[in-house]
Amino acid sequence: MSQLAFIVFQDNDNARYLVEAIAEDNPHAEVQHHPAMIRIQAEQRLVINRHTVEEKIGREWDVQEMLLDVISIGGNVDEDDDHFILEWKN
Amino acid sequence: MATKNKKLSLKDKYQYLTRDMAWEPSYQKKEDIFPYERFEGIKITDWDKWEDPFRLTMDAYWKYQAEKEKKLYAIFDAFAQNNGHQNISDARYVNALKLFLTGVSPLEYGAFQGYAKVGRHFSGAGARVACQMQSIDELRHVQTQIHAMSHYNKHFNGLHDFAHMHDRVWFLSVPKSFFDDARSAGPFEFLTAISFSFEYVLTNLLFVPFMSGAAYNGDMATVTFGFSAQSDEARHMTLGLEVIKFMLEQHEDNVPIVQRWIDKWFWRGYRLLSLVSMMMDYMLPNKVMSWKDAWEVYYEQNGGALFRDLERYGIRPPKYQDDANKGKHHISHQLWSTFYQYSQATNFHTWIPSEAEMNWLSEQYPDTFDKYYRPRFEHWQKQQEKGERFYNNTLPQLCQVCQVPTLFTEPDDPTQLSHRSLVHDGERYHFCSDGCCDIFKHEPEKYIQAWLPVHQIYQGNCEGADLETVVAKYYHINIGQDNLEYLGSPDHRRWQAIKGNKPLGADDSKDAA
Amino acid sequence: MSIEIKTHAVEPIRHTYSNIQRRFGDKPASRYQEASYDIEATTNFHYRPLWDPQHGLNDPGRSAVRMADWHAVTDPRQFYYGVYVQSRAKMQEATEYNFSFCDKRGLLTRLPDAVQENLLRLLVPLRHVELGANMNNSSVAGDCVAGTMTQLHIYQAMDRLGMGQYLSRIALLIDGGTGEALDRSKTYWLEDALWQPLRRLVEDSLVIKDWFELTLVQNLIIDGHLYPLMYQHFDQWLAEQGAEDVSMLTEFMRDWFSESSRWVDAMVKTVRAESEANVEQLQSWIEVWQPRVVTALAPLAEASVGAPALSEVAAQFAARLKKLGFAAQEIAA
Repeated sequence: MSQLAFIVFQDNDNARYLVEAIAEDNPHAEVQHHPAMIRIQAEQRLVINRHTVEEKIGREWDVQEMLLDVISIGGNVDEDDDHFILEWKN
Repeated sequence: MATKNKKLSLKDKYQYLTRDMAWEPSYQKKEDIFPYERFEGIKITDWDKWEDPFRLTMDAYWKYQAEKEKKLYAIFDAFAQNNGHQNISDARYVNALKLFLTGVSPLEYGAFQGYAKVGRHFSGAGARVACQMQSIDELRHVQTQIHAMSHYNKHFNGLHDFAHMHDRVWFLSVPKSFFDDARSAGPFEFLTAISFSFEYVLTNLLFVPFMSGAAYNGDMATVTFGFSAQSDEARHMTLGLEVIKFMLEQHEDNVPIVQRWIDKWFWRGYRLLSLVSMMMDYMLPNKVMSWKDAWEVYYEQNGGALFRDLERYGIRPPKYQDDANKGKHHISHQLWSTFYQYSQATNFHTWIPSEAEMNWLSEQYPDTFDKYYRPRFEHWQKQQEKGERFYNNTLPQLCQVCQVPTLFTEPDDPTQLSHRSLVHDGERYHFCSDGCCDIFKHEPEKYIQAWLPVHQIYQGNCEGADLETVVAKYYHINIGQDNLEYLGSPDHRRWQAIKGNKPLGADDSKDAA
Repeated sequence: MSIEIKTHAVEPIRHTYSNIQRRFGDKPASRYQEASYDIEATTNFHYRPLWDPQHGLNDPGRSAVRMADWHAVTDPRQFYYGVYVQSRAKMQEATEYNFSFCDKRGLLTRLPDAVQENLLRLLVPLRHVELGANMNNSSVAGDCVAGTMTQLHIYQAMDRLGMGQYLSRIALLIDGGTGEALDRSKTYWLEDALWQPLRRLVEDSLVIKDWFELTLVQNLIIDGHLYPLMYQHFDQWLAEQGAEDVSMLTEFMRDWFSESSRWVDAMVKTVRAESEANVEQLQSWIEVWQPRVVTALAPLAEASVGAPALSEVAAQFAARLKKLGFAAQEIAA
């Protein structure tokens, strides 16, 4: 059985850049658009890199800023200054 | 002062800003300061191993939360100023909000106090801080929900006395007893119940597809508070997973205790969410996703991944998961049929789904809807057309544990009502399922205390012997306004007037006449 | 005609929720009112708590103080969550600016070693007192009843955590973010004789069972002495040693104290006005705790601002008590 790590964002302007960055760093991820929200899922592991997001938005970005737009997550969280990772370990 | 060491990592810095402010007490005994940490049998050998589920200091918390609130209230203001309620898909939709405000919002308040309590009583300061942040978040949720609904309350019936109703109305004892159960348990069970089973495993089913549904039905205020609340939920979910892993890693003796709690709270939560199944399949005029699909994505798929991850600790999926998976084809229909019959005693309206809606249900539930449920609705519809709208005047039997009427069927036989009972201390108790019966068996002393609304009416504790008096006087349900069939209700008539279809109803037409 | 109907259809059918109508009449209500009154469950609880079977959930009997309706206690600031976080966000923005200003210009690291050591020994350990206050207020929020009361205390709890974090960051400015200064400061809290009476007081407060006694001890009596002593007198004392810049870093605490004292006073006044029994109960708690607080602060005062400053603080507090309607005690610091 597959194990999908996922993250769901509100569909707003911030999220568009985040989704772009995530899609770039996670080629195996699938992006789904639902009313008012965007869900990104990927087998086992999904990573958000600060550097990629900063490239997309053209300014400094704190990983915690994401908290403004996230609706839901699935997976164990590993967060530090540079990344936010969702992962199933088994 | 010389600075010798190297700079702290983000993680270590956060620890200095939270748990390092705590100290080993020496003037009072630790067990007097933290008296509730041991009685559940959970063994914690080292709180230092607690992994902070998120690293939010208060300054950042204030900053981010203020930003969220500013946005949210700007939308509430705009919604009220522009009479946003006129832009929803259909006034039937508001009935889902009535259920939400009376059934869910008071739970958020209970969560606020529950987390404040555990946020004081864990001896690990890292866990305390995480719980306190959730506590104040939950206060946010109840308050923003009240504010989001405030405008609807001015234009629709059934929302006006939500907290009073939550304490009294028969079906609202389902959510209320759920939360009372968690709050009356010890701190570790509380977190397993609410942070893990509810927030992590099940709450997505309420907030994600239902809120997306609110968006799809033009309800800007609700979708905004829903998603804004969910942005806190990501932190709460992380806490839920962390607390489970922490207990399991601390001591192997914790595994069976945690497993039993997971079994119990999965089933309890599943029964509670049956109300959401009905909201999604029947109460949203524009449908986004069936309950069955939502269950597959948000429980079978996510829950599957989660429980596989937890296997390494010796945890297996919840005991009655298979029964719940089978129920996905049935529960929304069974519940809506029940509420249809008992609308005289609810603060929201019910109705027969339109032909288009029934066709959608047939598509979504190809194996069950036409076979078991459509004929029932069509029969009632005929009666209604003849002017004999059906109301059931016998009070239902409630499950002693989940307090839902015993309306669900056997997992493997949809024609057979599921019913279990047992005798405890010379008295017989009734249950809706093996799941609920098991929960009772493990803690009979707790569940015999349940305040069962139907029993209470029979015992004369609800200000009247007949249902109408109870509904009007004890529940504060305004008869003829809040309750009964949707078609022809004051809400319906006002909605028609808003849409310019037909004039207002009798009670609203005084000035217009 | 159709226009008339349309206008009529947007007229509200009621102005507010029924519980608010019962209290204030059917007129437009404030957001504070709708978000604060009657939102807590009051009856038909299903199970008795395993952790306290003598009481029910939300049982007002967990305090000896009796009120016909605890909603009589309200917040003069009218804080509900949204207003609360926005007010704190403004304060934190100013504080953040001050911290970064001090950091960039090395205003603390430039201070003489002895002064830096004084900060670590006499000021920064207050972060532990803040954590105790955080726990106490979270405890009250969990145990007390009525939305107007509970929310006051969770805001207070989170404020205390935040102020504990600001105090910690003063040490991080001093040690360049290594944590070494925080370790030293914590040793003072745990071992230095001058802190032990206060640490004992804080630990004693953590085992108070009656939640009204707890809010009274923490938010009125302890804070009512500690804040004027440390954030006014001690602040001035630091300035006399050339460390006036530290003031920038404790501005939050001064603003916070003058703001929060208002609701504490309003709460105490309302509860006192309810009954003669409440007057006596509160008075007896004050008599027990006030002298203990003054005694606990004495060594800290002696090591810095001097005993007369503490006497002055105690006298001011006595005047505050008198205004609230309680007999003031003669306490020699």
